[in-house]
Amino acid sequence: MILVPCPHCGPRNVSEFRHVGEATARPAVASATPEQWRDYLYLRRNPAGWTIETWYHRAGCRAYFGAERHTVTNRFRRSWLGGQVSPPAAVAALDGGVEASSPGTPPST
Amino acid sequence: MAPEGIRLLGRQRDGWRRPSRYSAFGLVRHGLGRAEWPRAWQEHDLSSGYDVVIVGGGVHGLATAYYLAANHGITNVAVIDKGYIGGGGSGRNTAIIRSNYLTPEGVRFYDRSVKLYESLSADLNFNVMFSQRGHLTLAHNDGSLRTMRWRAEVNKLEGIDSEVIGPEDIKRLVPFMDVSTDTRYPILGALYHPPGGIIRHDAVVWGYARGADARGVHIHQNTELVGIETVGDRVVGALTNRGRIATPVIVNCTAGWATLVADMVGVRLPIVTHPLQAAVTEPVKPFLGPVVVSGTLHVYVSQTDRGELVFGASTDPYPSYSMRGSLDFTEELAGHVLELMPSIAQLRVLRQWAGLCDITPDFSPVMGVTPVGGFFVDVGWGTYGFKAGPVAGEAMAELLATGTTPENIAGFDLARFAEGRLVGEKGAAAVGH
Ligand SMILES: Cc1cc2nc3c(=O)[nH]c(=O)nc-3n(C[C@H](O)[C@H](O)[C@H](O)COP(=O)(O)OP(=O)(O)OC[C@H]3O[C@@H](n4cnc5c(N)ncnc54)[C@H](O)[C@@H]3O)c2cc1C
Ligand SMILES: [Zn+2]
Repeated sequence: MILVPCPHCGPRNVSEFRHVGEATARPAVASATPEQWRDYLYLRRNPAGWTIETWYHRAGCRAYFGAERHTVTNRFRRSWLGGQVSPPAAVAALDGGVEASSPGTPPST
Repeated sequence: MAPEGIRLLGRQRDGWRRPSRYSAFGLVRHGLGRAEWPRAWQEHDLSSGYDVVIVGGGVHGLATAYYLAANHGITNVAVIDKGYIGGGGSGRNTAIIRSNYLTPEGVRFYDRSVKLYESLSADLNFNVMFSQRGHLTLAHNDGSLRTMRWRAEVNKLEGIDSEVIGPEDIKRLVPFMDVSTDTRYPILGALYHPPGGIIRHDAVVWGYARGADARGVHIHQNTELVGIETVGDRVVGALTNRGRIATPVIVNCTAGWATLVADMVGVRLPIVTHPLQAAVTEPVKPFLGPVVVSGTLHVYVSQTDRGELVFGASTDPYPSYSMRGSLDFTEELAGHVLELMPSIAQLRVLRQWAGLCDITPDFSPVMGVTPVGGFFVDVGWGTYGFKAGPVAGEAMAELLATGTTPENIAGFDLARFAEGRLVGEKGAAAVGH
């Protein structure tokens, strides 16, 4: 069973949640090239390891939140409220191997 | 470039011999004698160079190797797999084969695969047990009925046996099905596709492996690709856990792991990896003829030649590289199957398992060339790629041998995602397998 740590409700069964997707930066609407739109719409990192995602607590408090999950073990390392995470910063922190801050705080947004 | 001599040396070293043909007579002779059956494919030392290195020993990689050798005489080829052949989706799928897709291109493509599967046992001298028992996709609402009518008409124009049938005909084909109108999702009709069916997936993998091996292809199990060497923007070598291989061509046939391999050369693929689960019951007497699929109920079921019921559902709703089964899956599956066939409530589930699926945005594969010279892909096979193994292998082999992309896979190119040419196959590929 996979436990998803909702920042409001604590750890709950994954069936209560909807996986919204890997955090992806939206390009500037007015000036984006077709390649940038392709990247935004279709390309994901799809790593076998830690990844930053948005989840939705569909059958609970209905919050959208950010979380860091390991895609091989499905273990969560941290999750945070606060609307939009800033995906590029968060992903950069991840790629750079920045160590986990305490649970509940976003990775350097 | 072609290190032909290296392969021949390797052969002598291994004492390679062409395997004897399998036959009824051979079976009797072997039964009387004490000799062990010869191995179906050989182990080799890793050569220092190959003309083509195929990464991934599933049906796609092995079929590509087989058709390279059989159709084009290119045999200085290695298929490497980080585990054992058929250890990926090719040994974990529910083996449904059909060609009743939605777009004319899709229908022709999958029909070619069905045709290749029909003669595969004879071609490979290996019984793949293709059982064309018919395929039913149920409609529970007007929307699906409309898509099915559309599919049936496209199918018929392409010469494929496919028709929409009503509840009485469904009941005749599957007497155990609850076609009453007082269920939660009443069955309004179905798309019936008589040539569809199931196959013994392991036999397909082993048959292609044996056929490729007999023609000189090297199959290396427990051999993981860990890096790709390039000069300029061309492939020059494959780095593995067993050493370096010089090669001008690498073909990525790694399905759920496809992006990890493409990352090695900086090629980005529109693929996300999702687990897909399946389950099998204890065997019972044959009672279920056709394969039954319900998109609305997210479930499909078939009965194997051994009598087991094989169930599948939709993918796990989040990306993952984990192949663990979940209780959520079994619970939902059981509920949905019993809505269709309440009478099987006493059957016990023996096993459940998961495999990794490489999901693309348009439920169609990504095949052909990439921006890196010599780096080819045959990926994005999602939940439906086993049925395409033969035709994909045939087409990829042609591309590698001739340098020209065959017409039947041209629409599956990687460039379509930047150019807004997505394939409209979702209606027929998303759930149905
Ligand atoms: C439960 C389930 C049910 C399915 N049902 C159906 C169905 O009914 N009909 C249908 O048509 N399709 C079905 N599919 C989909 C089908 O199984 C796949 O699309 C198909 O098997 C993909 O074959 P492949 O050869 O591309 O990849 P795979 O068979 O997955 O092989 C990929 C191989 O690559 C190897 N590999 C990965 N990384 C590396 C590396 N770095 N170095 C070396 N080797 C590597 C892996 O070990 C693996 O063996 C189902 C899938 C699942 C999981
Ligand atoms: Zn919550």
